[in-house]
Amino acid sequence: MISAAEVAAAVTDPELPFLTLADLGILREVRETGDGVEVTITPTYSGCPALEAIESDLRRALHRAGYERTSVRTSLAPAWTTDWISAEGKAKLAAAGIAPPGPAPRRSGPIPLTLGIRDDQVACPRCGEPSTERLAAFGATACRELRRCPACREPFEHVKEI
Amino acid sequence: MSFDDAYQALTDHDDDARWAYGTGFADPLAGVPTALPAGVDPADLAAYCLMLGDDALIMSHRLQQWVTRAPELEDEMALANIALDLLGQARLLLTRAAEAGAGDKKNEDDLAYLRGPEDFRHVRLAERTDADFAHLIARLLVFATWRLALLDRLAANPDPVLAAIGAKGVKEVAYHRDYAAGWVVRLGDGTELSHRRMQEAVDAVWPLTGELFAAHEVELRVGVDPAGLREECDAVFDEVLRVATLRSPESTPGATAGRDGVHGEELTEILDELQGLARATPGGVW
Repeated sequence: MISAAEVAAAVTDPELPFLTLADLGILREVRETGDGVEVTITPTYSGCPALEAIESDLRRALHRAGYERTSVRTSLAPAWTTDWISAEGKAKLAAAGIAPPGPAPRRSGPIPLTLGIRDDQVACPRCGEPSTERLAAFGATACRELRRCPACREPFEHVKEI
Repeated sequence: MSFDDAYQALTDHDDDARWAYGTGFADPLAGVPTALPAGVDPADLAAYCLMLGDDALIMSHRLQQWVTRAPELEDEMALANIALDLLGQARLLLTRAAEAGAGDKKNEDDLAYLRGPEDFRHVRLAERTDADFAHLIARLLVFATWRLALLDRLAANPDPVLAAIGAKGVKEVAYHRDYAAGWVVRLGDGTELSHRRMQEAVDAVWPLTGELFAAHEVELRVGVDPAGLREECDAVFDEVLRVATLRSPESTPGATAGRDGVHGEELTEILDELQGLARATPGGVW
């Protein structure tokens, strides 16, 4: 029998099906207890609608692997950060044409206001051009933004650093 | 799952992952320890969670009303994403309010769908109708700037759930503020027409800002004192308006109103839309 932790880690994200929950870094703990399996996940964004689907996918996968009872728990703190996406996860994002996140910003004091063009360097996942421009800060899901490459002229998505 | 029939795809789950009121959305705080912090009056904690939860719920609803009406597709996406972040924050806060024993309401759905307007505790800025896109952007700049400063301090709250909601929300609302600030600058420092209309919007929204910094006694007992946010917010407003070549209106002192349940007719319109279906079909499942 495959361990519950391995089954849970291999469940894929409904929005980015080439990434597993382990790649994404939202799987915090898997425990096998006398009462069944207890999985703890952390939401990426407060309103992420994929969380409901992830919970039922976890239950279904564990049930199929022979684990009768699963409870899914939420952990809010510490808050998820894109730094928890594994190196393998970042490589899979890039291979899928989505620019992976760089290191999440650290700060002390008030949150700095960004006006005008952000000068963050996001390389084009298609041609490797190091400097690209942001088209829109909010993309198809909460975690992605839309960018454009001035060299190959292609638009692409980027997982925002949070 | 079969995708031959879209409706079947929504209903053939063997679990609770469905889509509407009363159909068993998972508790957003499932598994988060529910114990209340020592030394905090549960009634105060519940009241405070309602205040911050209602701010998010009502602002989210107003933003949702812009979907299909925004100037460009990218802005539809932005407004919908901002609305979704706030709705997520509202779900966590209303669930926490119910855990702390808010009224006789059992969960987030009861609190969102079954309260009358006099029981809502959001600031009036959140419910205001937007005359045009510039008004929305002015309102969003003020709301997001204030909420960001508030959530940043909430991260140090003695209640671990509120602290977690604050720390998480900061990451989200920082994007909301940048989005609004970017549009204020683009419109303010744009054409003669866009400049005039952005200034009119700022002037129209400003009288509502005083209320944001007026402290309610519950906030002073268990939450963040909003009066302490004024300096940080004013600095952001001044910088954005200066870069946007807009005039800063005189800041006006205000008194609590929405926090005491005092709302305008606009809230009744929102609740008709927000609650109509849930009230017409109590416990409806589909």
